[in-house]
Order: sequence, then structure tokens, then C-alpha cells
Amino acid sequence: MSPTSEIRKRKRYEAIFAIIGLMALMIGVLTFAALFADMAFKGMGRLDWDFFTSFPSRRASQAGILSAWVGSTLVMIVTAFFAVPLGVAAGVYLEEYARKNWITDLIEINITNLAGVPSIVYGLLALGLFVYQFGLGQSILSAGLTLALLILPVVIVATREAIRSIPQAIREGSYALGATRWQTVRYHILPYSSAGILTGVIIGMARAIGETAPVITIGALTFIAFLPPSPVQAEPPFLSFEWVLSPFSVMPIQMFNWTSRPEAAFQVNAAAAGFVLVLMTLAMNGFAIWLRYRLRRNIKW
Amino acid sequence: MSAPDKALSTGLMEESKGQTACKAEVNALDFYYGDFRALKSISMQVYERRVTALIGPSGCGKSTFLRCFNRMHDLYPGNRYEGQIVLQPDNTDLLAREVDPIEVRMRIGMVFQKPNPFPKTIFENVAYGLRVRGERARRRIEEKVEKALSDAALWDEVKTRLHEPAYNLSGGQQQRLCIARALATDPELLLFDEPTSALDPIATASIEELIHDLKAQVTILIVTHNMQQAARVSDYTAYMYLGELIEFGVTDDLFIKPKMKQTEDYITGRFG
Repeated sequence: MSPTSEIRKRKRYEAIFAIIGLMALMIGVLTFAALFADMAFKGMGRLDWDFFTSFPSRRASQAGILSAWVGSTLVMIVTAFFAVPLGVAAGVYLEEYARKNWITDLIEINITNLAGVPSIVYGLLALGLFVYQFGLGQSILSAGLTLALLILPVVIVATREAIRSIPQAIREGSYALGATRWQTVRYHILPYSSAGILTGVIIGMARAIGETAPVITIGALTFIAFLPPSPVQAEPPFLSFEWVLSPFSVMPIQMFNWTSRPEAAFQVNAAAAGFVLVLMTLAMNGFAIWLRYRLRRNIKW
Repeated sequence: MSAPDKALSTGLMEESKGQTACKAEVNALDFYYGDFRALKSISMQVYERRVTALIGPSGCGKSTFLRCFNRMHDLYPGNRYEGQIVLQPDNTDLLAREVDPIEVRMRIGMVFQKPNPFPKTIFENVAYGLRVRGERARRRIEEKVEKALSDAALWDEVKTRLHEPAYNLSGGQQQRLCIARALATDPELLLFDEPTSALDPIATASIEELIHDLKAQVTILIVTHNMQQAARVSDYTAYMYLGELIEFGVTDDLFIKPKMKQTEDYITGRFG
């Protein structure tokens, strides 16, 4: 065989793999694009101001997602409030304080495993613990705590990875000047890893906002025609936390409710709500990317 | 005059000026990384306001030795010291269990191999040591920062851009910034761990000049890979090999007339 024909033969395999790879990629990307386009196309007609400001209704044309998006937003606030400090503190402790031995190895493996536990399991745990044991009821607080547990491993892992990317020379530089461990964490570790941590937090939140199973398990309402009490009040002390114990619904549950209706008009509502939910998720991810870009610009090693 | 006589006379001459007070005395220092004995019963003196150089081939333990002085090894598990490093004038054993490593590091500054400024402004880099000590008075911090940057021969180059990121500086400037950062808290002893190995010849020359000037105010211990550098900047030199101190003496004597065959082989380039 002449060298050129031999090369040509080898290159044929190269071309075959390139085509297979491209097809694999396209199946993933195009399937999502088709689903998204279909949803956008179907739901577009329903997307107007009223859709966002109306409560659910028996009449499809009057139904809206007000209680769902307000519920989702409030649940996310509670989730972030608990998951961020707990996750960051745990991550910092594991990286900067804990001795490296078999116990920390065991904890590490378990955290990675926790990220893979099916979310319905968290729902069952939360039903027993938060709803009944702690008596928090079927409230925004219960849901927020549940989702916080769910994304805690994501936040911990993101925190640890962000911290690990800080060169040891920076830590040694700080310690050599007489800094304590906490001062090193406070002035160096946390500021320099904040981009990575925030990215992880937002990706975790983007996962949590679409979660349905655990929220249904703890008893979120599928039909709700009122909003939680406002956190801001006219009379002192102006701030109220009554809303955390209020019943609620969230976006995916609203969608689920509508898709299970027989009328075709409700399917359109579901498509519109799904479109909004995907946009919310994409917006969060986009924000994470932007934030990472912004914060990393000032830091290079 | 024979060589030992010359060493003796140099020593006497300096003693007569009353400047050879001992700043730190190392007594039978052993150091272990886990089970590995990295330093083997080292004993030597570090003289006040003098530059002492540690030389030797890679892996001889000179950086390990240097990092004992500010208890850097305490940051990592499984490390163990035996013996003493006694710091004068207060006779403190730096390695004693009851001595807090943070207290040690507040008295002993360190400059690393690769410039490691913090990703903060020039000003904040130098002010950091003061801030961790709880200094809050803005005026005092500003004075100290200016003084430290002047002492590190960097003030004129950076005085108009103190609030710019430290990473905008060149490699040599970054290393002088790290020296200023260490000087800002008035250390008694300054450790240099191969401070010029990541720098070009011009930046190296300016750091060497700086070290020469600094010894008027601070005792210096420097690890270097470069024998010419040791000869240029130091007053005393210690040659180490495989975790042992082979020879310690006045730099000129050690380079011109080493007592040990091993030292001679190393400095003449027959080995290492």
C-alpha cells in the first residue's frame, strides 16, 4: 500500500468519528432546542402582563402564574438564606481547618454521594422532620429548608473547588505575616473564592427552582388564590416574617397542575409557564457566568 | 597568615566593633516530615545585622531549615521539630511547644521564592501585616506603608499608584513589594527563600543591593541556589548537604579556603 493511500485510509476513520461526535452533540442540543421552541411557540400567545399578575383560575384564559412565581421567588430566598452560609462554612472548614484523615475522607465521599440522592428522598425526610417534627407545616419555610438541604452538597463542593484553586503561596504569605487562620480565611480565602462559590450557589439554585418532587411531598398547594403576607408593613416594626409560614405554590407545580387538566387551553398555559421557568433558569445561569467573569477579572495568579 | 588565623582575626575584628551579637542560636535542630529526618542535628548562629546565606544542592534541606525559623511547617500535618532555635535578646525558644507560631511569625518576616503579592492594591499588600495586628489608625498605617516601601526601594516607583492592583507591577517590583510587606511590621529577622530565582538579572541585582542595604536595620537569613549570590550578599555562609550542616563560617573564608573537602567540591563546581 502506498503511503498516501494509507494516510487516506486513516483519515477516513478520523472523518467518521468527527461525524459521529457531531451527531451526538446535535441530538443533545437540537432536542432541547426543539422542546424549547415548541414550548415558546405554543405558550407565546398567553404571555402577557395579565398572565404574570393573575391567580390560577378554573377558566384557562383568566388563569395566571402570580402565586407560582411569587412562591418560587420566596422559596428561593429562604433556600439561599440557609444553603449559602451553611455550605460555605462547611466547605471552608473542610478545606482550611479540618485535618486530613480518614474521617474527613469519609465526609468528603458522603457529600459527593449526597448530591446524587434522589430529590424525593429529601422530600420524605423534610415531611417527617420539618413539617411534622418541627411543626413548620406546609409552608414556604419548610420548602426552602428542604431545597436548601438538596443543594447543600452542590454549594459545599463548589466552595471547596473554588478554595482549592487559590495558590498555597497566598496562604503562606498571609500566615508568614502573623495572620491567624480566620484572618487568612476572612481576608484572602473568601474574597478570592467568591466568584467560584457564587457560581456554584446559582447553579444549585437553578436546580432547586425546577424541583417538583420534594416540594409536592411536603405538601405545596396546587391551587392557591392568595399571596403570602407582605414582608413589609406600614406600621412598626415594618418587617414581618409571617410569610415564611404561609402556604404556597411554585412554578413547576403550577405547570404540573395545568398539564393534568383535560382542556387543551390549559396545556397552552402549561407551555407558557414552562417557558417562563426555563427563562428564569437560563437567566440565573447567565447571571452566574457573568458574575464569574466580572469577579475573576481582578484576580489572577 | 594561615587561613584559620585569618578567620579568627576577622572574627575578632568584628567583635571588637561590638556588632557580632548573636540574634538566633540553633541548637541540635532535627526536623522530621513524618518519619523522614530532613534535618540532622544542626547547630549554628545567626549574627545580628548580618546576612547569613544557606547554600547547598537541591534537596539538601536549606529551605526546610529556613522555614523552621518562622514555624511554617506547623501549617502542615505530620511535621516535627526537635532541638531549639533560641531568639535573642529575650532568649525565646522559637520551637517550644508553648510558643505560639503566630507570635513567632510576628517577629520574623519572610520573602518567598516566587513573588506572592496578594491580589489587592499595592497599599493593601503592605498594610496587611499591620491590619492583622489590629492597627486601625489610618495615619499610622500610611506612615508605615510609606516607610516600608521606601526601605524596599520601591516608593518612588509606586507612590502615584498606591491604589492600583499589585499585579500590575513587574516581577522585580512585586518581589520588592513582598519585601516591603515583610518590613512594614518591623521584623527582627528576615527570611529570604531564594528570592531572586524567578527574576531576571537586572531585578536580581536590585534585590541584592536591597539586601545589602537592609542589613543595617534587620538580621537576614537567605537561602540561595546561586553561589555567586551568596558570595556577593552574605557575611556568613552555611553549606548544607543531605540535611546536615557541613560547614559554617565567614563567607570569604568559606569560599576562598573551605575547611571541608565536601564544601570545596561544591563551591568549585566539582559536585552539585
